[in-house]
Amino acid sequence: MTFSRRKTSLGLAAGTAILALTVAGCSSSPDDDTSPGASATDSTAAAEREAVTLTLATFNTPGYNSIEQPDANYEFDLLAEYQKLNPNVTITYDRKAESGDARTNFFAKLGPGGLADVEMVEVDWMPEVMQYSDLLADLTDPALDGRWLDSKVADATDAEGRLIGAGTDVGPQAVCYRSSLFDEAGLASDPDGVAALLEGDWANFFDVGQQYSDATGKAFFDSTGGIWQGMINQIDPAFEDADSGDIIALDNPEVKAAYDQLTAAAVDQSSQLGQWTPDWTAGMADGSYATMLCPPWMLGVISGSAGDTTDWNIANVFPNGGGNWGGSWLTVPGNGANVDEAKMLADWLTAPEQQAKAFANAGTYPSQPAAYEDPLVSSASNDFFNGAPTGTIFADRASAVLPSPFKGEYFFQVNTAISDALTRVDEGTDNAADSWTKAVSDIQAIG
Amino acid sequence: MATTDLDTTTTGSRTPDNGWRQRLGRWDVKASPYIYIAPFFLVFGVFGLFPIVYTAVISLMDWDTIRNTGSFIGMDNFAYVLQDRKFWVALRNTFSIFLLSAIPQLLLSTFIAAMLDNNLRARTFWRMGVLVPFVVMPVAVGIIFSQLFADNSGQINDWLGMVGVDPIGWHKEVLPSHVAIATMVNFRWTGYNALILLAAMQAIPRDLYEAAAIDGAARMRRFLSITIPQIRPTMIFVIITATIGNLQIFDEPRVFDTTGTGGADQQWLTITMYMYNTGWGQLDFGRASAIAWLLFLIIVVFSLLNLLITRKFISSSDSTGGK
Repeated sequence: MTFSRRKTSLGLAAGTAILALTVAGCSSSPDDDTSPGASATDSTAAAEREAVTLTLATFNTPGYNSIEQPDANYEFDLLAEYQKLNPNVTITYDRKAESGDARTNFFAKLGPGGLADVEMVEVDWMPEVMQYSDLLADLTDPALDGRWLDSKVADATDAEGRLIGAGTDVGPQAVCYRSSLFDEAGLASDPDGVAALLEGDWANFFDVGQQYSDATGKAFFDSTGGIWQGMINQIDPAFEDADSGDIIALDNPEVKAAYDQLTAAAVDQSSQLGQWTPDWTAGMADGSYATMLCPPWMLGVISGSAGDTTDWNIANVFPNGGGNWGGSWLTVPGNGANVDEAKMLADWLTAPEQQAKAFANAGTYPSQPAAYEDPLVSSASNDFFNGAPTGTIFADRASAVLPSPFKGEYFFQVNTAISDALTRVDEGTDNAADSWTKAVSDIQAIG
Repeated sequence: MATTDLDTTTTGSRTPDNGWRQRLGRWDVKASPYIYIAPFFLVFGVFGLFPIVYTAVISLMDWDTIRNTGSFIGMDNFAYVLQDRKFWVALRNTFSIFLLSAIPQLLLSTFIAAMLDNNLRARTFWRMGVLVPFVVMPVAVGIIFSQLFADNSGQINDWLGMVGVDPIGWHKEVLPSHVAIATMVNFRWTGYNALILLAAMQAIPRDLYEAAAIDGAARMRRFLSITIPQIRPTMIFVIITATIGNLQIFDEPRVFDTTGTGGADQQWLTITMYMYNTGWGQLDFGRASAIAWLLFLIIVVFSLLNLLITRKFISSSDSTGGK
C-alpha cells in the first residue's frame, strides 16, 4: 500500500482534486504526554526560555491550522494554542501540497541543512529516511512510553534504538463496500453481515469475490494494486533480509504465492482499473466494483468522487488480520538551530489530546491509543457511509495492525517491479507468467 | 574598474606622448571586449559549466547525495545504465515521441506561418492567437489531455466511438501513448514555432515574390522556391531547438498518468523521466548523473546530425543564393 500511496502523491501532485482529498489522509498530529505534569513543566520552563521562531513543515492536511484548507474552517487551531501556552515561541507554518514535494525537499536539504525545525515524514518514504536516522534528533523519552501503537514506534526506531519520529496519524484499513451491489449478488449487505462474510484469510476474501462475480458478472474489488498492498504488508520478511539487507524477494515463496493468488483471482474479480486513474475514480460512482480496502482518509476520497451514491458502507473487518495505509511522523533534523524547542513542539503536537483535535479538524486518524477514548474520536461517525461509527471501527482496525514487515532501502524498487507486473496483467499487456518474468529481471537488476 | 580605465584611455589617446597612458589605451582596446563579455561567462561557469563537470565527476562515483560522500567506481554507473533494459526502452520512447511531435509540428507550423504571412484582417489577433497554447502551463496541459485521453471515461474514445472506432488503450499500448503525448507537445509548441517562422518569412524582400510572379511562378512554386530557401537559417534554428527540447521531454509524460513513472510496462518512459526516477526516486544520483551524460552525448550527436541533414536538404532547393 505504501507503494500505491506514494504513487498517488506523485501523480496528484499535479494538483487534481483527488489529490487534495488523499492528502487529507496523511496528516499528522501531536501527541503529548497525557500526564498533566507535562504541560506544567512546559509553562514553568517557558518563563526562562529564550524567544524562538520555529518552522514547522508538513504536507497535505495534518489538521493543525485552517490555512491548510481555508474552506474547511477548522474547529481547533493547534498552532495558536501552542503559542499561547509557550509565549516565547513563534511558529512559522510551511505546508506543502503533497507528500512527493515534501520528500524531494527533505532529501535535498537533509545533508546540507536548511530543513524546517520540525519536518513531517510520510510512511512511504520512512524506510529511506531511516537510513539517515543519525542525522535526525533522538526523541526517545521515558515519558513517551506507551503513547503510540507499537507498530508506529517500531517503524521509527533505528537499529541503535533511537526514536526519530513522533507518530501523528495512521491509516488502519477496513473494507468499504456498496450494499446495493451486495444485495444484487444475494450476499449479506449490512455491515455486520459483510464483516462476518469477509472474516478470514485472503482465500476467503477471494471466495466471496468469486461468488459476487459469478452472480453479477462484475468486478468485486477495485484494483490489484490496492489488494497487493494489503497482502504484501502481512508478509514478513517480504523482500529483504532484515540482517543482511540482501534482496530475498525472488527466493521467498510467500511473495510468489501471493502474486499467483491475486492474479488468479483478479481475472474475474478485479475491475482492472489502476488506482488513482480517472477511470478508477469514476468507478466509485458507476458500480465498476463493489469493494475497496479503505483507511480513514479514503472515506473523503470516496464521498468526494461518488457524491450521488447512497449505499457505500464500511465493514469492520480486514482479510487475514490488519493493514495500514498511510500515516506520518514528525521528525526533528539534528542540525537545526532550535533542536530542543523543536522536540517540545513535536512532542506536544503528537500528544493524544492534540491528535484528537487534528482528527476533528481534518480526519487524520490518531496513532495514539489514548486518543481513541477521546469523545472527539470515539463518537465520530460518517453520514455519507450511512452513519458508520468510524471512530470505533478504525480503533478496532488499528489494534489489528501488526508492526510492518522489515523494509530496507530496496523495498520500494522491488515493490514497484511487482506492482508494475500486476498492472501489466490488469491491462492485458502480459499474462501473469510473462509479467512475472519481466518483474524477475527488473528485480535482479536492482542493487 | 572598467569605467576608470575608460576615462584614462580617452585622455591618453589625446596625449600620445605619454607612454604609460598609451599602453593603457592599447590595453583597453584589447581587453575591454573581454571584460564586457566576462559576466556572461562567469555566470555560465557557475551555473552551466560547473554543474556539467560536477555531474561528470559524480557519474563516476557511488554517490550518497545526502551525506555528500561517495566512492570512486569508475565506469560502473555507465555500465549499469547501458545494460538496463529500461534505458533502451526509454531511448526508444524518446525518439518515437520526438518523431511523432517534431515532424507534424514543423509541417504544421510552417503551414500556419505561411497562412499568417498573408494579408489577413485583424492580423495581430490571429498571430497572438496561435501563441495562446504556449502560455498554458505544461502541467495543466498534461492534466487536461490525460483526462481527454482516459481509456474508459475519456472524450477522445467517446468521439472515436461515434465514428465506429474501437476504444484505444491510450495508457496501455505503446504507440497510442506516444501519440497522446506528442499531441500535447504539438499543442504547446506549434504556434510558438509558427511565430518564429513567420518572423523569418516577413523578412523576405517582397520584390522577390513580385519578380517570380511576373515570371509566372504560381503560389506553390513561390513558396517552395523562395520562402523555404529564404527561411532556411531560421528553420535550422527551429529544428535544432525542437530536437533538444523533445529529447528532454519530461513534463507531459510525467503527468500523463498519476504515478508519473512512465507506465507499468515503461510504455512512455522517456530518458529524462528515467533519470528523474533514478535520481529522486531511488536516490541514486551516481547513476542519474551517468544517464544525464549519456543524454547529453545523444543530444549533441543528434543535433549535429539534424544540422547536416537540414542543410543538405534545404540547400538543394536553394536557387536564390540565400545563405
